Amino acid sequence: MSARTLTEVPPRPGPYVRLLRAVHGRAYPRVIGVGRDKTWTFYEILLPLLGTFAFVYVYRALHAPERFVGYVIMGGATTAVWLNVMFMMASQLWWEKKDGNLELHMMAPCGLLPILLGMSAGGIFMATVRATSVVVLGSLVFHVSFAPTQIPAFILVFVVALVGLYALGVALSSLFLVWGREAWHTTQIFMEPVYLVSGFYFPVRVLGLATSAVASLIPLTLSLDAIRQLLYPHEHPKLLGVWTEIGILAVLAVVLVWAARTLLMRMERRARADGTLAQGY
Amino acid sequence: MDVPAIQTRDLVRSFRIKTAGRIERSTVVALDGISLEVAPGQMFGLLGRNGAGKTTLIKILVTLLLPSAGEARVAGLDVVADARRVREKITMVSGGEHTGYGILTVREQLWMFARFYGMPSRIAKQRIDELLAVVGLSDARDRKVGELSTGMRQKMNVVRGLLPDPQILFLDEPTVGLDVGASRDIRAYIKEWIAAKPGRTILLTTHYMHEAEELCDRVAIIHKGNIIADDSPAALRRRAAGGSAFLLTTEPLDGTVALDQVRGVRQAAAKQIDGRTELRLVLDDDGVVSAVVEALAGAKRRILSFEKVEPSLEDVFVRTVGERFEEESEDA
Repeated sequence: MSARTLTEVPPRPGPYVRLLRAVHGRAYPRVIGVGRDKTWTFYEILLPLLGTFAFVYVYRALHAPERFVGYVIMGGATTAVWLNVMFMMASQLWWEKKDGNLELHMMAPCGLLPILLGMSAGGIFMATVRATSVVVLGSLVFHVSFAPTQIPAFILVFVVALVGLYALGVALSSLFLVWGREAWHTTQIFMEPVYLVSGFYFPVRVLGLATSAVASLIPLTLSLDAIRQLLYPHEHPKLLGVWTEIGILAVLAVVLVWAARTLLMRMERRARADGTLAQGY
Repeated sequence: MDVPAIQTRDLVRSFRIKTAGRIERSTVVALDGISLEVAPGQMFGLLGRNGAGKTTLIKILVTLLLPSAGEARVAGLDVVADARRVREKITMVSGGEHTGYGILTVREQLWMFARFYGMPSRIAKQRIDELLAVVGLSDARDRKVGELSTGMRQKMNVVRGLLPDPQILFLDEPTVGLDVGASRDIRAYIKEWIAAKPGRTILLTTHYMHEAEELCDRVAIIHKGNIIADDSPAALRRRAAGGSAFLLTTEPLDGTVALDQVRGVRQAAAKQIDGRTELRLVLDDDGVVSAVVEALAGAKRRILSFEKVEPSLEDVFVRTVGERFEEESEDA
């Protein structure tokens, strides 16, 4: 084989085909990694389950109504999504920068956005596997059954929440184009407070309307509340009605997608101006 | 006339850096008004010390960095205004890269990058297999990237650079840290690649002078953000020699027997090796050789070997950068 006899590269396809191919390319390592990395099951599924189980035992020890066990398990499943957004999306460019992948991504003619979309698609797959595992294992161990009412609304909550959350992840990841450790601290700020104010393990309404309203800027809060309403329509102390929450989540998703795109473009420009895509020129 | 593959005009790039332990920032000028033109089909070498500005120049040309002033064009396209279109025509391979995802196999890793360039899966896989065969990496195609040796990894990076069939390939110290065999394989394929299709262009930065000498049609030396020499390796060597250089070995001599006093001898240096004397001479021209032979005959010493030598590119580099360094010291 010589350089003269290589298969020719065909002309570049249209923009949408290119976008899909780039998304597919970047999603692949995450999808394949779920099955290939044996430690993933232990670290990403079994270990985080322990925290969820601990809350279940707290509620059981307090003789709380059985739906609280369901609350906790749904909270555990949502934790999987949130951790994925924070570590596998928002902070991912930190690792990409350290390994030198970021420069290669930036130089690719598809641009950074399809690559981040691919990361999101792969991340959603990983988070879904983990969240499903939490729900299935939690249900089996604690004999809880989930019977969501209004299946279309249930699916819609998931979809709009995921779009908003991963857009937030893209927006936060763009900070890593310009900053390093400082951006890392910024993403860390979101972690623990969000566990508290989004009501991962309790109904968010107990925090009061003002706190709940602020917490609702993170799509997790309203999506968890809506999911719990759909699972326990008569018992859950709701914050707002399901369809109102879906409407707000949809608006949030649009705003966050716009913010992510705008921030990404600005940060990319600034990173090229400041020379912060890698260390040492 | 062909559009230059690479063209820069008065290109300046400065960085504001934090001075250690201080709050104020200082400005470092990495490129100080570089004007350069590389024709399509050329293999252009850029030599310079660490921190001379080589990588900064490359990063601007591959659209990763914006210039502070001046203009840079790649394939006729402005690297600032047309960055996306520039990226369709280029790739870059750097030495010592540890890019990629350890969980993927070599083939998967390369396929992923091919998808970023919009390549159909089937064509991408075909080209990957072909290129892996070319660089002798076929046996490792299903091995995980995390398990590759440095040399194998760099060969994979070279394949990544060639996969989308770029018009212009940027190689930033591509063989750094590689063993002799791996470096030779990569150089051999690079030569073959550029010759296979007219118009393909390479910009190479390297610390290995023999690499630049072997690969490049043209070489520029960059020093403190300025191009201080720019010509073919042969022309640079001629210029640096400053005359005709000869290497002689003779029966043992006492010093240089005053050869440096012979008319037309510019420099004479003697070294004793294994009971013989090695003489390095720089003459005004080849005709001065007869006077040197006469002087040695007068000292009753036989000439054991006689060779005309040309300075290496390394000599050129050391001399050119050294001269500039001395000028700067004097100015200071």
